[in-house]
Amino acid sequence: MATQSSVINAPQFSRQLRRFGLTALVTLFGLILLIVYLLPFPNMVTVSLRDQAALAQTPDSTMLPVMPATYNYEGKDYPLYEVPTDEGVRQLALVKPGRRSSQFVDPAKPEAGIIEWEGNWRQLKEVEVLSPRWENFSEAWQKIDFPRLFRNTFAIAIGGVIGTLLSCISVAYAFARFPIPGKNILFVILIGTIILPQQVTLIPTYLFFSYLGWVGTWAPLIVPHFFANAYNVFLLRQYFLTLPKELDEAAMIDGAGPFRILTEVIIPQSWPAIVAVAIFHFVFAWNDFFMPLIYLLSKPELQPVSIGVQVFNFQYGPRPELVQATSLMAMVLPLIIFFLAQRFFMRGVVITGVEK
Amino acid sequence: MTEQVATLGESASVKRTRRTRTLEQQQRLWGWIFLSPWLIGFLVFTLFPMAASLYLSFTDFTIGQPPNWVGLKNWENLFKDPVTYNSLRVTFRFAIIMLPVAILVPLGLASLLNSKYLAGKRVFRALFYMPYIIPAISGIFIWQSFLNGQTGLLNRLLRLAGIADPPDWLFSPTWIHPAMVLIGLWGVGNAMLTMLAGMQGVPTEYYEAATVDGAGPLMRFRHITLPMISPVILYNLVLTVIGLMQYFVVPWVLSNTTRSNPETNFINLHLYREGFQFFHMGYASALAWFLFIIGLILTLIVLYSSRRWVYYSSGE
Repeated sequence: MATQSSVINAPQFSRQLRRFGLTALVTLFGLILLIVYLLPFPNMVTVSLRDQAALAQTPDSTMLPVMPATYNYEGKDYPLYEVPTDEGVRQLALVKPGRRSSQFVDPAKPEAGIIEWEGNWRQLKEVEVLSPRWENFSEAWQKIDFPRLFRNTFAIAIGGVIGTLLSCISVAYAFARFPIPGKNILFVILIGTIILPQQVTLIPTYLFFSYLGWVGTWAPLIVPHFFANAYNVFLLRQYFLTLPKELDEAAMIDGAGPFRILTEVIIPQSWPAIVAVAIFHFVFAWNDFFMPLIYLLSKPELQPVSIGVQVFNFQYGPRPELVQATSLMAMVLPLIIFFLAQRFFMRGVVITGVEK
Repeated sequence: MTEQVATLGESASVKRTRRTRTLEQQQRLWGWIFLSPWLIGFLVFTLFPMAASLYLSFTDFTIGQPPNWVGLKNWENLFKDPVTYNSLRVTFRFAIIMLPVAILVPLGLASLLNSKYLAGKRVFRALFYMPYIIPAISGIFIWQSFLNGQTGLLNRLLRLAGIADPPDWLFSPTWIHPAMVLIGLWGVGNAMLTMLAGMQGVPTEYYEAATVDGAGPLMRFRHITLPMISPVILYNLVLTVIGLMQYFVVPWVLSNTTRSNPETNFINLHLYREGFQFFHMGYASALAWFLFIIGLILTLIVLYSSRRWVYYSSGE
């Protein structure tokens, strides 16, 4: 019986084995690819934790955040070296360096006293221990004044999110539900603005804002978002079109006007799309570099993270650990938001990119 | 609707028609009201500034002085200016290397994520997408450290692999573009995600039918997957071309920290310097329109060529 059933199952078994093998192979390939793709991260982490001033920055020095190890002997710290002795290489503390011979102490047996060693201590290798320098982060945090940068970025981003939600929901509602003459042409024009480079409107817009006295304020970074943009209108319109019209009509029969239908029927059903738009804009505002550069270059106290980090890192270029620490801190928040709201986010990307 | 109602008898039809017409008019009015944010924004922030910058491109405008009409002088200078010529060369040289990477890498990653043999798809998808969310400024500094000629991890690994003298990526005019292509790899997330969604939308029956007919994985990819997702590829191609013409942040940050590697002078940097550092706003407007026209021509070429290679399954 047993042999019979195993004979019958053999093809199925080998198929499963093949499937398992292929899965292992493809997944392993994916894993290697992912590690290569994310390789700059470990580089950032180790650099940000190093004591760059104390450590050599040469191609053959270790990348890890290390410090020279020391041993406290009779109240004083002495550096540890890898010392070749008769009993093999031992880690000894250098108490008294000399040109021809030096005096060492064995941390394992300090009671044995001074060990004389013949040879040049300068050719010995220092013992290094892992010692991440977390202070780099607090130093960078204070030097760059991150709380101020975060406040500024938040204010700009939240202002823009409010603007983009109000305007894009309204415009998308218009495109999705109302009989506007020439609606299709208008929609094509709206989508066409995607290929318009912002440079072609940049200078007159700058002059306009400068005439209003808004250069050097947040207004140019927030106010334009109260006038809708193609991507978000498209995303919301696509979503609104999937909602059944019967609910609108039922509300209309109950005497609800278009505004109430929007707030009480459409919006409550559209949270996934609305959240996606809000996150898109937040990430966009956090990332935006060109516009703050144009409008806020002369106002350090109003600059968002992107500009602040660039200006700071330009000044502190010779301190790579601070540069890496600030880069890490600047990206934490968008990443947290992304991982928390991944589902909405990816769905939104797909709607704008595929359903055209 | 109104015509249907009209057959129901004279007096009733007149009443009903009037009422539906007012309802229709009312709906239209509401439509315009809800549309108005975009209509106003389009006029104030797009159409008018475009016309104004076209006008300024024929003047010697600089901040604080009224513009004087100089005819085609800016446009003539634009074609004579060696800096403009060089920035065009740099922009196109980089675009030619970056464009295939920006399409093929996400296509490859999407195929991997779409493979039925990949375990932990969601984790892979999130992690391959993640760098896209990282603010450009952080990403650039992270890559800058990674690509450091002396202490960067990449060159350490290359030395370990036996390459005794790896390139000084960011300071070498030869290697800065390949380095920026590497940095650009972190920007493929959106393209990857849209291509993946396109692949997931291909009906599985197509693959089953092709397998029955004896098509191998490569044949299926070439003759089913690619045509089916060609609209998504077109969308990403257009966005990439436009993005490459406006490429700014990466070369800007790198040129500030690498003592102006000459190969970072992209056309958009040139425009920024002319407009906002030298305040030659008339000339910068001409550059902006020039950039717009080039981008438009390239987009039209891509769209025109797409008739040959893009396949729309549902009509049109």
